[in-house]
Amino acid sequence: MLLILLGVLILHVIILILLIVSTAATAWSVANSGGKDLWYQCSTNNGGYHCQPSSNEDWIQAVQALMILSVLFCFFSLIAFLYQLFRLVKGGRFFFTAIFQILASVFVMCGAIIYTVMCPKDDTYTHFGYAYVLAWVAFPLCLISGLIYIVLRKKE
Amino acid sequence: MLTFLALTSVALLGIVPEQSQAIVIYTGWERHALVGSDIRLSCSFFSWRWTSEDVTFSWTYRPDGSRDAISIFHYTGGAAYLDNKGPFRDRLEFVGNPGRRDGSILLKSLELSDNGTFTCDAKNPPDIVGRPSSVRLLVFEKVPIQAGVITGAIIGVVLGLLVLIVVIYYLMRFLVARRVFSLSVSKHGKKKKEGSQQRQGPVPPADPSKIKV
Repeated sequence: MLLILLGVLILHVIILILLIVSTAATAWSVANSGGKDLWYQCSTNNGGYHCQPSSNEDWIQAVQALMILSVLFCFFSLIAFLYQLFRLVKGGRFFFTAIFQILASVFVMCGAIIYTVMCPKDDTYTHFGYAYVLAWVAFPLCLISGLIYIVLRKKE
Repeated sequence: MLTFLALTSVALLGIVPEQSQAIVIYTGWERHALVGSDIRLSCSFFSWRWTSEDVTFSWTYRPDGSRDAISIFHYTGGAAYLDNKGPFRDRLEFVGNPGRRDGSILLKSLELSDNGTFTCDAKNPPDIVGRPSSVRLLVFEKVPIQAGVITGAIIGVVLGLLVLIVVIYYLMRFLVARRVFSLSVSKHGKKKKEGSQQRQGPVPPADPSKIKV
């Protein structure tokens, strides 16, 4: 039992780290000269590494909001898990934790989908970077973690 | 010590009135507008003196990327003189009230070439020392969305909904508990209702996993 709990907790923390790295790293779309992410477009020119703020279009702001919300909800579900671990009655299920975790996974999915559909594909050298991949990896992990919390019961 | 304080206060009293005689002019910092719309550029001033009859307002315009400023408006001696040769002919209107220290002008049918800096200079004789104030005009084809507005809105709405749901949940729990409590206290009277309620039995103290939503 303790092993399962520890495993679930470690998975949760890994998902949180993945989400934070994905939201913050400047590698959603990369080209040879630099990377773009939700916040800045950075490139290495002759003068060095320069960053300028991303365009203020609607879709990129929506993706920013969804990624931040998913990090927040994953964090809330971690807190709820620790709280329910000590306060739940025997035999109870971790509903709050599961709800927040599933919501976090939905937000990541929506954010990644919007970015995939709307990101400008005009540059032939641009391809998706590791932060984008991390977002897509975090989504099923988050969903699985949420489902595990639904099934998990507090035993003696 | 006392003489030192006295000297400094006298010196300060001597300096401050000189500065307070200056006129302070207020305009906006930056104005955004759409092509084809009208915009009101406001200008007002603060002066220690009463508003004199010889108060003057003048507006000058410097296009973006240019070094010269042209004069487009002047109010003096109770009459307003508008631009009748420059880029703003027939597009300017004086909507201010000099008696109320307001020297605002209205620009009509904005074009993209109207991007630039507008400077207002007001003089209230004998109070004429002051710095003119500038407002920058930005004309857009369509209004751009500022960074972070949509982001903040989405995050705010979702978190607000979350807080609302949690509050409602705890409120419902609290109300249910309270109703049971108040019914069991008032035993005499309303026996029929009590009979039907008592069949359900006393609800145990609520607990997040047991109460199923």
